[in-house]
Amino acid sequence: MSGIPHDHYEPKSGFEKWLHRRLPIASLAYDTLMIPTPKNLNWMWIWGIVLTFCLALQIITGIVLVMHYTPHVDMAFSSVEHIMRNVNGGWAIRYLHMNGASLFFVAVYLHIFRGLYYGSYKAPREVTWIIGMLIYLLMMGTAFMGYVLPWGQMSFWGATVITGLFGAIPGIGEAIQTWLLGGPAVGNATLNRFLSLHYLLPFIIAALVAVHIWAFHTTGNNNPTGVEVRRKSKAEAEKDTLPFWPYFVIKDLFALAVILLVFFAIVGFMPNYLGHPDNYIEADPLVTPAHIVPEWYFLPFYAILRAFDDSVWIVQFAGFITGGIIDAKFFGVLAMFGSILVMALAPWLDTSSVRSGRYRPMFKWWFWLLIVDFMVLMWVGAMPAEGIYPYIALIGSAYWFGYFLVILPLLGVIEKPLPQPATIEEDFNAHYPEKSETAGTTPTPAE
Amino acid sequence: MIRQTTIAALVALGLGAGPALAAGGAGYVKDYDFSFEGPFGTFDQMQLQRGLQVYTEICSACHGLKQLYFRNLGDSGGPDLPDDQVRAYAEFYEVPDDSDDAFPGDMRTARPSDKFPEVTAAGAPDLSLMAKARAGFHGPYGLGINQFLKGMGGPEYIASLLTGYTGEEKFEAGTVLYENEAFPGGWISMAPPLYGDDVTFADGTEATIEQQAKDLSAFLMWTAEPKMMARKQMGFSSVILLTLLSVLLYLTNKRLWAPVKRKQA
Ligand code: HEC
Ligand code: HEM
Repeated sequence: MSGIPHDHYEPKSGFEKWLHRRLPIASLAYDTLMIPTPKNLNWMWIWGIVLTFCLALQIITGIVLVMHYTPHVDMAFSSVEHIMRNVNGGWAIRYLHMNGASLFFVAVYLHIFRGLYYGSYKAPREVTWIIGMLIYLLMMGTAFMGYVLPWGQMSFWGATVITGLFGAIPGIGEAIQTWLLGGPAVGNATLNRFLSLHYLLPFIIAALVAVHIWAFHTTGNNNPTGVEVRRKSKAEAEKDTLPFWPYFVIKDLFALAVILLVFFAIVGFMPNYLGHPDNYIEADPLVTPAHIVPEWYFLPFYAILRAFDDSVWIVQFAGFITGGIIDAKFFGVLAMFGSILVMALAPWLDTSSVRSGRYRPMFKWWFWLLIVDFMVLMWVGAMPAEGIYPYIALIGSAYWFGYFLVILPLLGVIEKPLPQPATIEEDFNAHYPEKSETAGTTPTPAE
Repeated sequence: MIRQTTIAALVALGLGAGPALAAGGAGYVKDYDFSFEGPFGTFDQMQLQRGLQVYTEICSACHGLKQLYFRNLGDSGGPDLPDDQVRAYAEFYEVPDDSDDAFPGDMRTARPSDKFPEVTAAGAPDLSLMAKARAGFHGPYGLGINQFLKGMGGPEYIASLLTGYTGEEKFEAGTVLYENEAFPGGWISMAPPLYGDDVTFADGTEATIEQQAKDLSAFLMWTAEPKMMARKQMGFSSVILLTLLSVLLYLTNKRLWAPVKRKQA
């Protein structure tokens, strides 16, 4: 094992020894919980726990919802209203599930950008990163299909627009779209398969989460310095780390409690804040809403999708060299998926040998610009595709790709990094100086 | 400048980007005050009863309330009618007869356990969820944050719609359209339903157009979100409990880390 050296589980009682020889499950739990964790982790390392909580919340509330929900085009909308009105506590379950999806995405975006800033995607953590990207893709699929289930106007028209994207694939697109929908248009067959998949995917996500954790428990956590834990001996490793329990469990739980405070205030006082009023109108295939706007967490990628129309030279160029196979619509679809693909490839696009953005003076600026870019894209994604908005979307999309495809590879070559601390211990001690230096007393070791 | 940038950033953060920015071509919505606004707001039972009366005597001719059961009118926190009044109210309505020996199309008198019948004849939308299906407010700056204090403005929109007729009419594509300041696009096919003194309130409240419109809108907020008061109560209990939990965890965490960070516990 390449892990950080630490104490292992020792079965003590007779039963523990008996079980350990047959199924070392207590050992697994112990090693997972007591994993040595860099002691300088900051508050951006709490999102993992928040994400785990969200997954559990969505699965538990979701299972209760399914007990009362009817996946039929004539009854789905009213069955959700039935949950809101007649099921005991149904309104709470539904609002928790609805807003839980938003909390899930807030957490995942902060988690991802944390990784991008501190270089957590770099070797040896590429597998952790790729699995994280898969989880994120599945989350988007799950949330998209979940949003169709209440069968409101936005459910229906959102599903129509998004599945229409697959129709843009040249040649086989229409066949794929029909296959996805179970018919020529969004209908009862679509609703049923979306419920089935919406129920299934979270469990696949749960399995991937386990692998994600397995992967980073193998490599050890990254940390704000990007400097690796020393692992020649247990004694050395212990200078850089603390066991996950209780130090980080308590810290994370504190953060989770504060986040839930805000979350429950939103669920209690403004539960429809992030929703769209049109989704309280039952789906009607004959009436198209004035604006079809996806949920907020899809907006940046929706903006990239819409950014590429016929007037953009690169679209014309792609159309020209492929003999018209790649048209504007298909180009938009490729750009949208491509924008996530380039993010997944970050481990190989970033050429810098320094992991943490803290010690990369030029990188920092480009990184924060990426954050601004993400927010701008989110904002134009909600705007109608007219006037100045398509230009903003285009510039925003260009920067997104530029960051990953040009800036990350180049910076590694031209940037002169700042000196990094030699060890995590050094970084930690710089923040929390030893008493002996300041007050002249002997340092007390951890109790 | 800085403020605008911050706001743009907040918008972009998705704080309401979806609902807040999708208004487009909206009409004028007046900010009426309602008793149920804000985290402490509650429904006013007398107002809900007056609103029910306006709905029953005027709107029910064209609009249904199909998500509601008659028994809901007796719910505490709602209009809270006594049982015998609920029964008497239901008896005004006819619903399809679902007994074994009934023929299709047979009707019977409604009971409290029945739902309000669907009304489709006039081509008018169902009103059960209308107060949540329209957003009157998107501010400030399209952020929608004032929802916390005022709600989304659904009831304000409905009240503004009912009081927003200018009196102008036009004939277009076979229907009469009425000019309305609140309706997106400005022309609605619903004839002005209220003229003032359309009903006589038992509690002596004067039935001006505005009064009836407000009472009706409050009633429709209740039909759209009957569990609102329970929800706010849950909001309060959870905020208090989570504050307590946060403080305890903060102190635990501080104590736990103190020796590591070489601080006084
Ligand atoms: C004569 C039939 C009739 C009566 C009575 C009537 N309405 Fe309407 N109502 C309509 C029709 C038809 C529409 C659809 C109008 C349109 O979309 O142009 C409508 C639409 C509405 C809308 C939706 C407007 C929107 O934003 O789409 C509301 C709210 C409404 N009515 C409220 C009421 C209320 C409250 C009353 C009772 C005070 C009432 N109506 C009485 C026929 C009626
Ligand atoms: C990754 C985890 C999940 C996410 C992100 C998610 C997301 C969503 C979203 C966005 C909605 C629409 C909410 C609304 O607007 O009303 C929804 C609805 C729904 N979900 Fe999930 N969900 C998840 C897990 C689950 C699970 C595990 C189940 C069942 C076991 C489930 C069952 C349902 C049902 C029945 C609905 C329709 C009722 C409603 O609209 O409230 N969900 N989900």
